[in-house]
Amino acid sequence: MRRGALPAALAVLALTMVAPFGIVALNAVKSRRDYTANGPFSLPDGLSFEALADFWVRVDYGQKLANSLVISGSVAVLAVLLSVLNAYAIGIGRVRGRMWVLVLFLAANTLPQEALVYPLYYLAKATGLYDTRLAVIIIFTVIQSAFGTYLLSAVLGQFPREILDAAHIDGAGRFRALWSVVVPISRPTLSVLLIFFFIWTWNEFFLPLIFLVSNDNQTVPVVLGLLQGEKMMDATMSSAAALLGIVPAVAFFLIFQRTLTRGVTVGAIK
Amino acid sequence: MSATRAGRGYWLYLAPSAVLILAVIVVPFGMNVAASFTRWSGVGAPRWIGLDNYARLLRDERFWQSFQHNVALIVAMAIVPTLLGLVLAAALFTLRGRRLPSVLRAAYYLPQVLPVAVAGVVWGWLLNPSYGPLGARNWLGDPDYALATVMAIMVWFQLGYPVVIFMAGLQRVDPALYEAAALDGASWWRRFWHVTVPQIRPEIFVVLLTCTIAALKVFGPIYVLTRGGPGNATMVPSYFSYLNFFERLNVGYGSAIATVLAVVILLVTVAFLRVQERA
Repeated sequence: MRRGALPAALAVLALTMVAPFGIVALNAVKSRRDYTANGPFSLPDGLSFEALADFWVRVDYGQKLANSLVISGSVAVLAVLLSVLNAYAIGIGRVRGRMWVLVLFLAANTLPQEALVYPLYYLAKATGLYDTRLAVIIIFTVIQSAFGTYLLSAVLGQFPREILDAAHIDGAGRFRALWSVVVPISRPTLSVLLIFFFIWTWNEFFLPLIFLVSNDNQTVPVVLGLLQGEKMMDATMSSAAALLGIVPAVAFFLIFQRTLTRGVTVGAIK
Repeated sequence: MSATRAGRGYWLYLAPSAVLILAVIVVPFGMNVAASFTRWSGVGAPRWIGLDNYARLLRDERFWQSFQHNVALIVAMAIVPTLLGLVLAAALFTLRGRRLPSVLRAAYYLPQVLPVAVAGVVWGWLLNPSYGPLGARNWLGDPDYALATVMAIMVWFQLGYPVVIFMAGLQRVDPALYEAAALDGASWWRRFWHVTVPQIRPEIFVVLLTCTIAALKVFGPIYVLTRGGPGNATMVPSYFSYLNFFERLNVGYGSAIATVLAVVILLVTVAFLRVQERA
């Protein structure tokens, strides 16, 4: 292969991959008249935030962002907490039958949500939790912590015993040892988990679509998914909607990039 | 004595999760399986009908088609991204410098950061037949093109994941292996096939397993792009069960579909783990 041909081919592919983001951004800041006159591929003849503002107001996007933040943030914190408690019992406590407990957690995480959704919907209605953010928080806390337990148990299984023994000799009980020895030392892994849980929950669509029916409770993916293809949306407003869905996701990616790439690989090698 | 007491005490830490897993996973899944043996609209008392729902599934052409579409999506979401990802990761790895490979890798990975429903919104807009920039043909509305279009979108969406994982895996590979192969006069493809692929086999397994499961569960893009249509052209089991639960009020039938899907996912997982152990 000629020198330079390979980087060029790889760069062309990279451009193709990011092109949809570019086209969306380009058209989200066009005026309607500009779009009608010049089509989707021309540069905007001036910045117009009309479509973005229209969409923002129409779906009360600030509220949707807040809902997504509250749900994903709560799930991330609660699921890390549960994962730590479980992994402490499994990885350090080495409770009997831990293999089976781990299999149960893994199964809980792999089970398709379709096979849980109707009973969960039914139970949520029966308990008055239907159409509340709390219901979604509880469900995803369980699903994410099931994965977290699996990963963290392996990490805590390698935890240096001497440190724990020293803590016990100093008179620390089990809970003290967890709180002031295990958790601080495992901080790097815990923060990777926290970020993953946050982003995974942010991206969820199926269960939030079913559980969050009222406007005030919907998350970002749900409101975008519901509006897709609606007759009232025109070209610039649809691209504005897409852009508003892209921006937070890309922002998280840029903020957490290092942790994410590290985490993806940690997860892959177990 | 102290060891057994210690072991017992640690169970306490599993208690909160035990209660939650029971309430959110175990009991609901049990209810789902039980409902699959009934005729039930969601209100009133379910009527026990034994295996009728499963017998009906076997005869239901839509159900079989939905699984065929799932196979197509496994090709688009697991097999093609893995093959392309291997070549791309190996190619990026041979590039000189540090900056360019990581910028390119980030570009390939970018679609992966989107919520999958938002990725669907992006493509729904691009391909919209009345105003989308690429809507010259009604790609998603034409039964001849709809599935292929969804497949292409999913390749775009998934590609970055294997690239990132394989590139990380390649850092483990001993450069001496490549030097030895180069000394023997092995071509790029031969080195790729005999050094790169065997060395990152664990990563290949992980990617294939996680992507296959993702393909079996796929719902968001189908809901956003096509709602299973036109006709039945992009119907998948997860959307088919959703349809039965919430639109047709055939809860029993929906539960049977969901149960079959769960069993298929379980079997795929076990099969992968078996093969991985032996490899």
